Amino acid sequence: MLWLDAIDVWRGPSQVLRQVSLRVEAGEIVTLLGANGAGKTSTLLTVSGHLRPRAGRARLAAAGREADLARLAPPQIVAAGVAHCPEGRQVFGGMTVLENLRLGAFLRRDGEERADIDRMMGLFPILRERSSGLAGQLSGGEQMMLAMARALMSRPRLLLLDEPSLGLAPQMVERIFDVITRIRDTGTTVLLVEQNAAMALEIADRAYVLESGEIQLSGPAATLVDDPRVQEAYLGVLPAPAEPGPADGRLS
Amino acid sequence: MSGAYVLQQLVNGLVLGSLYALVAVGFSMIYGIVRLINFAHGDVMMVGAFSAYAILTAFGLPLWSAVLAVLTLGAVLAMLIDAVAFRPQRGAPQVNGFITSLGVAILMQNLAILTLSGQPRPFNVPGWLKENIGFMGARMTVLDAAIVLVTLAVLGALVVFVKRSRAGLAMRATAENPLAASLMGIRINRAVATAFGLGGALAGLAGLLWGARAGQIDPLMGFLPGLKAFVAAVIGGVGSLPGAVLGGFVVGFAEVLFVGLLPPLYGAYRDAFVFGLLIVILLVLPNGLLGRSVEDRA
Repeated sequence: MLWLDAIDVWRGPSQVLRQVSLRVEAGEIVTLLGANGAGKTSTLLTVSGHLRPRAGRARLAAAGREADLARLAPPQIVAAGVAHCPEGRQVFGGMTVLENLRLGAFLRRDGEERADIDRMMGLFPILRERSSGLAGQLSGGEQMMLAMARALMSRPRLLLLDEPSLGLAPQMVERIFDVITRIRDTGTTVLLVEQNAAMALEIADRAYVLESGEIQLSGPAATLVDDPRVQEAYLGVLPAPAEPGPADGRLS
Repeated sequence: MSGAYVLQQLVNGLVLGSLYALVAVGFSMIYGIVRLINFAHGDVMMVGAFSAYAILTAFGLPLWSAVLAVLTLGAVLAMLIDAVAFRPQRGAPQVNGFITSLGVAILMQNLAILTLSGQPRPFNVPGWLKENIGFMGARMTVLDAAIVLVTLAVLGALVVFVKRSRAGLAMRATAENPLAASLMGIRINRAVATAFGLGGALAGLAGLLWGARAGQIDPLMGFLPGLKAFVAAVIGGVGSLPGAVLGGFVVGFAEVLFVGLLPPLYGAYRDAFVFGLLIVILLVLPNGLLGRSVEDRA
């Protein structure tokens, strides 16, 4: 569905991705792990067309054929079935929940938008309750649900999720990850960027680890969970004999 | 001071406020979507006035064709200015766009002086527009009534467009968060062009109405109304459309009442008074009358 082939991406004067290659197959949850500034968000912004690779190829399977991402403008990428749910949620705070959902279906004109809005409100009942309220007045977790629902309103085949767990209470994180699994089960492929590596590896099929703009590790999620390098760097497990986690050993 | 006199001043304020509101709404809309303080906006109004002059006086065409022409020309001109002067530097610091707009304004004024001469020209309108229909004993011409009614109708249509149409939805989303809007599949440049086009059309219309009311036009006529529309937009809460309309009427009423209620000696200070009013209002309400506090966007 998505193939990045040795892409180099620059943001202003600095290179943020070096020779990054990754693939996402239809029906998978693929997670991209890494510390702050490793290039995870830049990878997603490249896929949605907001950053352009200087080298390498980025291809997307769209409508039965492959398209070169570098030739598509962001609206065309959305139309090709890619929805990007951005870091920090970025809901339209001064607009109502309903308007946010309508905006998610901005490019659609199939007449089934109303039915999908209803479906989203079934998936996230709080959105129905608050449908005429301003999005900016929702709590962080509710905004995250709105952001995901808004992204799903375009009926994407590939959903890009940027740190959906950021700043949310543990219960809310559980809910969000539960929903991500359900989204995949209904046929949408997911590329998930996360700092919460433990949760991400739990639901993902495969994973990539980014460090300073380069892919360091990749493989099936089940394998990476047991990789000592991943355990040490992202799961807060000490390399030596099993000890209780250090005070600062939060999952980062 | 008689009640009739005060009523007359209120009528005058209503008419002047309508004109400011027409210009201020476009100003505020453009600021709202690209955070650009566009000082060339008043000069779009000037071009509207000269186009109307050409159509009515030089070609002798009917009034409705002049109205259509200024709406179209204003929109096209404003979108052209956006595409040529502002779009290439989108994403640059806010002050760059501001200075560019000053440059565009000076360029337009001087081009107009070069090609049309700086001499004021009489702007004649059909006689029936100047007839007094009266308003509860105060003097009010057909033109005055038309200015108020046209302004209200146009602003009403604008509100419906922005609230209900797909392009309006795209504009509001872009104004609020350009990246998120782009992620929805909205073409940002198109949404911005829509705002410039609408603002330009209203400024062009304001130019026609202003010229008709003042009875004369000149290449620098857009500067002061443009500046006052800026004041109106800021007083109302820049970025807010209802705020810009309210601000336009506040400025219009304040200016007319200042001139009308104080001894004639002070009339010369009307502009200073308007800008002083801006300072006072901002001291009390930093976000304007209807503005939400908005953090500066990069």
